[in-house]
Amino acid sequence: MEKLQTLFKQKKDLLSVYFTAGFPNIDSTLPVLKALEEGGADFVEIGMPYSDPLADGPVIQNSSTVALKNGMSLKVLFEQLKELKKSVKIPMILMGYFNPVLKFGVEAFIEECKEVGISGLIIPDLPYETYIEEYEKLFTENGISNIFLITPQTPDDRIKKLNKASTSFIYMVSSAAVTGARNGGLSPKQVDYFERVNSMELKTPCMVGFGISNHQNYKEVCNYAHGAIVGSAFIKHLENIGDDHNEIVGFIKKLKNGQ
Amino acid sequence: MAQSYFKQYPSKDGFYKEYGGAFLPPVIEEEMKKITEAYYAISKSHNFISELRSIRKHYQGRPTPVYYCNRLSDKYGGRIYLKREDLNHSGAHKLNHCMGEALLAKYMGKKKLIAETGAGQHGVALATAAAYFGLECEIHMGEVDIAKEHPNVVRMDILGAKVVPVSKGLKTLKEAVDSAFEAYVKDPENSIYCIGSVVGPHPFPMMVRDFQKVVGVESKEQFYEMTGEMPDSVVACVGGGSNAMGIFGGFIENESIDLYGVEPGGLSMKTGDHAATMMQGKPGTIHGFKCYLLQDENGEPSPVYSVASGLDYPGVGPEHSMLKDMGRVNYDMVTDKETIDAFFELSRLEGIIPALESSHAVAYALKLAKKNPQTSILVNLSGRGDKDIDFVVEKYGKDYGIG
Repeated sequence: MEKLQTLFKQKKDLLSVYFTAGFPNIDSTLPVLKALEEGGADFVEIGMPYSDPLADGPVIQNSSTVALKNGMSLKVLFEQLKELKKSVKIPMILMGYFNPVLKFGVEAFIEECKEVGISGLIIPDLPYETYIEEYEKLFTENGISNIFLITPQTPDDRIKKLNKASTSFIYMVSSAAVTGARNGGLSPKQVDYFERVNSMELKTPCMVGFGISNHQNYKEVCNYAHGAIVGSAFIKHLENIGDDHNEIVGFIKKLKNGQ
Repeated sequence: MAQSYFKQYPSKDGFYKEYGGAFLPPVIEEEMKKITEAYYAISKSHNFISELRSIRKHYQGRPTPVYYCNRLSDKYGGRIYLKREDLNHSGAHKLNHCMGEALLAKYMGKKKLIAETGAGQHGVALATAAAYFGLECEIHMGEVDIAKEHPNVVRMDILGAKVVPVSKGLKTLKEAVDSAFEAYVKDPENSIYCIGSVVGPHPFPMMVRDFQKVVGVESKEQFYEMTGEMPDSVVACVGGGSNAMGIFGGFIENESIDLYGVEPGGLSMKTGDHAATMMQGKPGTIHGFKCYLLQDENGEPSPVYSVASGLDYPGVGPEHSMLKDMGRVNYDMVTDKETIDAFFELSRLEGIIPALESSHAVAYALKLAKKNPQTSILVNLSGRGDKDIDFVVEKYGKDYGIG
């Protein structure tokens, strides 16, 4: 949590990159992380694969299927993260669906997160109400930030509630759809939505995700938010090129700097 | 149990004790809230209720009869009665909630109905409702089920629905739900997800239960009229559990009536050989709600199987999950073999070909009857078996003197 808070205080135009643990290979997690850090990602979101996602597009879904086939699980992931704890400096977030966490045991899960140095969690299908009633104390006591998602459909009063309960950033879903890279610039509807959220002057910074695939997208949304999250576009890159270090570094540099 | 059962459950957030709720990504969460609000506002209105009543009577042919199985009872003992949902228009109880959901969609100004289907019964019912109301209809169905339930696929085609084949995973009901959700999320403003059972996020388990309750209300009255008493037991099959919740609804507040939910025991108790969620599952979340769930040690839903495509689902309705914990409903199972036996027994002793799903309930009723010849049993015969005949004859015909 603190690591993320410091990052958001010190830097603007953040670039966060999502990748699925155990993809393309079971032991890709460390090489991918190191390459992302070297390429200039400000923080990373590590996807915990699940076979029944309700908000993932085909690219991320496919990477999850492969990762599960490779034998990825929370247990394996935590073992990997324990080993690389010292070699990765940028903040790490875990993202995934609730049932595997529930099965692992939420308390045990949070303890493991703390132990391996995870800063925050994105669990899209953990409702705000359930989080507040059952888990808020557990998360904050262990220094784990819970990151909420908002969409163009989220009403203002809901956003205010989420803002209040947030401890690092809010994940602003760019459009009401599943994840996936899109071409072309922002639509007027998206701009309206970003401006609506900005006009609320939230205490919590926002990151824009869903549909960011290139440098131009990234720069464009940075005009309206604290930074951008790239997911499907990077997974697609992994799909085509594999987890080659230099290729990943090059991909991230190009994303961030445009060259 | 207090008379206020239906007011008590679910809670305002859609919980049945610890089960149910809406474990959803925000993209779907807001849409579900809109449907919940619309449901509360519209479904209690005079216009909605009278339109639905008229549809039930003149279009669906309700009330469906309760029938006393003379020859079956003679052979097995007990007094076995069937609630004939197989005579409901389109051949199963599913149309009860489909007409309700489609009517709600019409009131909400939606253009398109999206759903998954297992055996195809829900798909056919929804396609029927869509035709009635002049709405578009898109049904997601696993490729395995498409091959097995060919007649229902043809019916959906004829009714003008678009059948989307699902080729992921085991290509059955769970994957069909994933695929339908995905399609729905792409255009939630113009379309509405019409889930096929008392599963999914709030408000679906409540909505489907409320629309199905007509089965229980009718049969309670009919049974009393026929016999002057209440049945000792009420039996229904449980996949997601819509037909069971429907018929149980008429009897749940009367504690002296035993309720039985029958799950598919399949081939064996090995993982992947059955879909006996209540027998072997542990609480978990799937498709946006909490329930008993067949899952592995990592929380991944387990592969499931049943001879009845409409029952092979790794989860189960949240209300059923609560009723199991409360001990109000007894959940048990029958095997594929017992199911097929019952399928032929009912066909040959009473001239009624039951759906394989409903055959599970019949099989269990036969067991109860054998155990206690004095007892009266009301079975929800939730659907007719036309859709299953090719599959049954091909796979089991020889054992029963066919071919």
